[in-house]
Amino acid sequence: MSRPARRPFSRDQRTIIVNGMLVFVLIVVILQLWLLTATMNAWLGGDDSIVWPGLAVSAGGLALNAGLFIYLRRIERAPSS
Amino acid sequence: MQNSPRDPRAPLDPAIASPGREGLTGTAPASLYAPSFEREQTTIAPDFAPAEAQPAWRQDFPIDWPQDLYVERRDFLKFMVLTSAAFTAGQLWIAAQNWYRRASGQPPLVRVAAMDDVPVGGSVTFTYPDEHDPCLLVRLTENDFVAFNQKCTHLSCAVLPRPAEGQFFCPCHDGRFDIRTGVPIAGPPKRPLTRVVLERRGRDIYAAGVEERTT
Repeated sequence: MSRPARRPFSRDQRTIIVNGMLVFVLIVVILQLWLLTATMNAWLGGDDSIVWPGLAVSAGGLALNAGLFIYLRRIERAPSS
Repeated sequence: MQNSPRDPRAPLDPAIASPGREGLTGTAPASLYAPSFEREQTTIAPDFAPAEAQPAWRQDFPIDWPQDLYVERRDFLKFMVLTSAAFTAGQLWIAAQNWYRRASGQPPLVRVAAMDDVPVGGSVTFTYPDEHDPCLLVRLTENDFVAFNQKCTHLSCAVLPRPAEGQFFCPCHDGRFDIRTGVPIAGPPKRPLTRVVLERRGRDIYAAGVEERTT
């Protein structure tokens, strides 16, 4: 079954999309920075219960961010005709 | 189901529920016409060749403002994703260090000093559990000894004992710790000094472990 044809995003649309992605990614990066400092502080204090959950959450944030960026490159390379 | 390409000029079934309406805009398929973007939506290269035919550098260094706005934000997004990867790498490094710390097990029992070697109000330095961890043994009273890692929990400067004031003092940023508990009482440090667990055997003082704390 063939996929329906889709009109590629215009440049203005892509600019709006990248702005939205930036807002999301910046929030996640700030969260990751806080998580890293909190994890480091706890671990240096001998509390290692947060180490693996912190790694999992941070890796999840990276996956989200990378996925958004890959999606952006994909719509950028979509055929224009 | 027939998979042959459909003639775009063929009359369309206007019913919304009819098959094949996916991807249609109005009553015409999106692919029927070539995209007719406005002029502002496309970059006209100096050689008038289409964007796909342009070298990569021309796409990365656009000559018009709207495309430049898009490219700079896309590159900033890429930088943020790399920053995100760096933070995750930091978490991974902590996890690896944690694994190493657990695999190392409990530190050994090590003789630090004889009781008679340390006068009341005096201190001796030693390293524990390895040579990279300088520590301080302080004799507070006749039978009262405490020992802490000498690294300030702020930026790892060496703290100095001041038994008369009841403090460890960090000269780098004026940090102060309680000499009995190692808890920070002034200055930038937030975490207590790492305590060295002491054990007395006869007239000798032994280090028997370390106790890291967050509060």
